[in-house]
Amino acid sequence: MLELAIKGTKRYYGWMTFLLAVIGAGFLIYLWQLNVGLRITGMSRDASWGFYIANFTFLVGVAAGGVMVVLPYYLHDYKAFGKVTILGEFLAIASVIMCMTFIIVDLGQPMRIFNVFLYPTPNSVLFWDTVVLSGYLLLNIVIGWNVLEAERNNVHYQQWLKPLIYISIPWAISIHTVTAYLYCGLPGRGFWLTAILAPRFLSSAFASGPALLVLLCLIIRRVSNFDPGREQIQSLAKIVAYAICVNVFFFLCEVFVVFYSQIPEHMDHFKYLFVGLHGKGAYVPWMWASLILMVIGIILTVNPITRKNEGVLAVACMVIFFGTWIDKGLGMISGGFTPNPLHHINEYIPTLPEITIALGVWAMGFFILTVLFKIAVGVKEEVRA
Amino acid sequence: MDSSRRRVLQLLGLSALGLTTKPIRDAFAQEEEQVQAQFKKGENALTAQQWAMVINTRAFESEGDLEPLIEACHKIHNVPKLENKNHEIKWIWPEPYHNAFPLKAGRFLSEEVEHRSFLVLCNHCENPSCVRACPTKATFKRESDGIVLMDFHRCIGCRFCMAACPFGARSFNFRDPRPFIRETNKQFPTRMKGVVEKCNFCAERLAVGQMPACVEASEGKLTFGDLYDPESEVRELIRTNYTIRRKQMLGTEPSVYYIV
Repeated sequence: MLELAIKGTKRYYGWMTFLLAVIGAGFLIYLWQLNVGLRITGMSRDASWGFYIANFTFLVGVAAGGVMVVLPYYLHDYKAFGKVTILGEFLAIASVIMCMTFIIVDLGQPMRIFNVFLYPTPNSVLFWDTVVLSGYLLLNIVIGWNVLEAERNNVHYQQWLKPLIYISIPWAISIHTVTAYLYCGLPGRGFWLTAILAPRFLSSAFASGPALLVLLCLIIRRVSNFDPGREQIQSLAKIVAYAICVNVFFFLCEVFVVFYSQIPEHMDHFKYLFVGLHGKGAYVPWMWASLILMVIGIILTVNPITRKNEGVLAVACMVIFFGTWIDKGLGMISGGFTPNPLHHINEYIPTLPEITIALGVWAMGFFILTVLFKIAVGVKEEVRA
Repeated sequence: MDSSRRRVLQLLGLSALGLTTKPIRDAFAQEEEQVQAQFKKGENALTAQQWAMVINTRAFESEGDLEPLIEACHKIHNVPKLENKNHEIKWIWPEPYHNAFPLKAGRFLSEEVEHRSFLVLCNHCENPSCVRACPTKATFKRESDGIVLMDFHRCIGCRFCMAACPFGARSFNFRDPRPFIRETNKQFPTRMKGVVEKCNFCAERLAVGQMPACVEASEGKLTFGDLYDPESEVRELIRTNYTIRRKQMLGTEPSVYYIV
């Protein structure tokens, strides 16, 4: 089926060339980082994780969010999603690959990464994260590819895929739960030390993943002869609406606990993010923007009039995607590290090289996503014709 | 037999996969009761069930009093001196009371304590969260004496341990540290870029019968010994003085005690 990816319009090739250029720029800067070390990033002894891990965390959510089209189709027999499950699975593949790349670019000694498998350590959550992420990638490649090939050949997919499909559903939940456990099990990091972190991550995942899918469906309809369908897009939009509401609700639960209990260890991080602490507050505008974006997202997706207007829906999905990116990416990581365990305030600001590398990884993800979607759409067009 | 190109490729793939299982087959094929390599303890080696340190903070009048201890440690362990605060490497350093003990700092504090400097270092916790976090066992708690050690050659530089440590005791080599070491001590390894490091309770000195460098330089203000030996000097000090530990409520069981 790969051949479908190399036959395209000028616009398709233009887009791919653009992505390759961004990947190239990111890769060159990465070579520099590999050579001189992580000193070219804004990370420090206090904020020991930054932009890379923030994007990693967010993208695990996007990957898990793909399950929101798989689950209704296979568990609830919601036929309409049969048309778009492949898009969810392929989005998951691209996202997990981005996640893994973000982990690799964040490592101080990337050439030693296989030590994780050479000395497996079940008590480390990072070990489990590697296991669930690779497993999820494998599941989606096997399922997505075989189901699509069966569709192309006009046959029912192989029976042995069925158990894998069922496994992939709780597996999607697991990748984001384990990713939350990376943070919420650490003593002395008051911002993350909360049982709501994994549910919060999941709710934000089920908003951002399907929101991106809605946008991708709208793009596919414009650039190809395959229409993912109005009903499908509307159903996805309802999922986004519920998930973003739950996400903001969970956030408010956290805010209540933190500010009613008034425990400084937990409160100081929120203060730093939303009003600034001891004169430092680079993230204040970002965090308020995130909240406002998510609230706008709620208004636009919950209200049936705005949701049913696909133009407005597209805006709502973009707003939600960026809002959750700030919330779970940018703020979640730097907020957890500031103030540091000794209550020093050392702000983390990503540097230009760091952002360029991150953009390169995103471009790589979109390159893979475009190839996969091109194949999927190609098959759909073929079958219809 | 079906000898299509696809079939041949599948067979080739399977064969390649089979070859990669060689190490596993070797492991099973190994003869039992093979003699394992063993390490002999040095004749003068100091031993304990759990090494612990008691810092008599009252004996230090100013930050200047701490300098020689820090200097002694950083010198023998090839700790680089980096100008950029963000990339700083430190194994042992001074902190004011409200930073060393952020949860214990009252708003109104004895003026003398307020101005005192407190030495902070890795606590060699009995229940270390950094060891729990490390995905490669590059940081581990040595069974024999409870020191939390690091294998700089195994560390992948993921910095999970830095997030897990509630004491900020760990440093990461954001750049090659070697050009910033004033005088290299050939007895101790230097590190490379991309790995984490921290205080090792001078495991290399204990192995040859010497006390940790900071303890030696402190002229009695720091005491080092076995926490589980009721007759040890540290236990005597803990018995007869009111001591505190950093963030005790987190349950990591730090092994560094402070007399305040």
